Amino acid sequence: MYIPVNEVQKHFKSETPMMSNITHKSDQWSPYHDNSGTVLAIGIPGAVLVAGDTRLSNGYNILTRDATKLSQLTDKCVLATAGQYADFIALRKFLQQRLQLYEFQNEVQASTQTVAHLLSRELYSRRFFPYYTFNLLAGLDENNHGVVYGYDAIGSYDQMTYGVQGSGQELVVAVLDNQLKGYNKINKTFPQTQQEILDLILDCFSCAAERDIHTGDNVEILIITPTGTERIVKPLRKD
Amino acid sequence: MLKHLYDTDCVTWSPQGKLFQVEYAMEAVKQGSICLGLKSNDFVVLCSLKRQPSELAGYQEKQFKIDDHMAIAIAGLTADARVLCKYMRTECLEYKYTYESHHPVGRLVFKVAEKSQHKTQSGAKRPYGVGLLVAGIDPNGVHLFETCPSGNYYEYKCQAIGSRSQAARTYFESWFHLFEKSTLEQLILHGLSALKKAIMEDEELNEKNVEVGILGKNQKFIHLNAQELKDYIVKLETFNANTQIQQE
Repeated sequence: MYIPVNEVQKHFKSETPMMSNITHKSDQWSPYHDNSGTVLAIGIPGAVLVAGDTRLSNGYNILTRDATKLSQLTDKCVLATAGQYADFIALRKFLQQRLQLYEFQNEVQASTQTVAHLLSRELYSRRFFPYYTFNLLAGLDENNHGVVYGYDAIGSYDQMTYGVQGSGQELVVAVLDNQLKGYNKINKTFPQTQQEILDLILDCFSCAAERDIHTGDNVEILIITPTGTERIVKPLRKD
Repeated sequence: MLKHLYDTDCVTWSPQGKLFQVEYAMEAVKQGSICLGLKSNDFVVLCSLKRQPSELAGYQEKQFKIDDHMAIAIAGLTADARVLCKYMRTECLEYKYTYESHHPVGRLVFKVAEKSQHKTQSGAKRPYGVGLLVAGIDPNGVHLFETCPSGNYYEYKCQAIGSRSQAARTYFESWFHLFEKSTLEQLILHGLSALKKAIMEDEELNEKNVEVGILGKNQKFIHLNAQELKDYIVKLETFNANTQIQQE
């Protein structure tokens, strides 16, 4: 038999208390805070471009509009991290110290592949109290080709041509899949020059800032090439 | 003096109030090839003569970076120097990790001196057989320290240690009043001139056996490369400390 629409509520009135009367035990202290934000990295022959927004948030509040999520570890590679800022700082400090020790012992800077593996092992060493960090390691490999390594919180990693992490991940990665891989693209034209990739990155962050409340303020872009590092900062929506 | 009665170990004093084992350790420093350091208001320069054990061998490096703001030049037992170098590097890394700033130079030299002294007060240990010239820059200014196996350390305007270092020190005594206001290039040329006084007649300075390291307030520690060394050695021919006085 069918129930008329205006009688549905009467028919399914339940015995259990209304949701508003239940208090959940969700007030327990957590060691983790998500400071959010978005980072991305794209590798091309001869260069790698890494970008991150500069907003740090905590829930619905903005902590600062001016914090970097990027850290240059060696001449050839950069760490980009979304997640908990305190863990990013701790991780960055550890890597900087460890890489300086590497340089003293081996008389040469660590290659990007070496740094990638070191980061993975460090993340896994905290398997049972993880770094709340979602990392991208972007750098130049031995042939000066741009490479990107993407990580989860406990160190599982893989090499990719481009990667996105953070609160705007889903918004941005779909755009990159379309623009760089040609998924669901009708006119398969790809960015050819570094400037086109740069414009693509700026577009991606603008898109993310529109829909993701945790992304905005400024986008900081580092371009790593064999000759050096260039830094560009562009404004984004501040709301 | 019946030295052999009092020189068996570090825990025996001589009637003249000497610890002979420590004195002998300082002798090892004097046997090492020369290294010298000099500083101006903005820079410290370390110059050393690298020894080649034989024609077939390479040249023994004498200068090591400790951190961006600090470096050492060694004279004496290289193996002992390596231990101290590793210790200094580790201390600097730990300090940087904890305090996010550079290790104050004098403090680290004190730590090394304390470690060295420890080895002079035990029956089972021997002193380090190496002297260090520590060049460093911190908020207190530009520094040059000498450490020795006895555990003493001194701060210098310029100093030379190792074999035939007296000749270099004599050069310094004549010209050190110019160093404070010298440019980097003049400082390097003074250092090389002093080095030249300390080599034997049949030896000559070339880019293979000379090592020059520079450290500045805005300059991380670097070694001069082979081409730069060649250029400076050529400039040395026409360098005369007197011309610097005329300029001032």
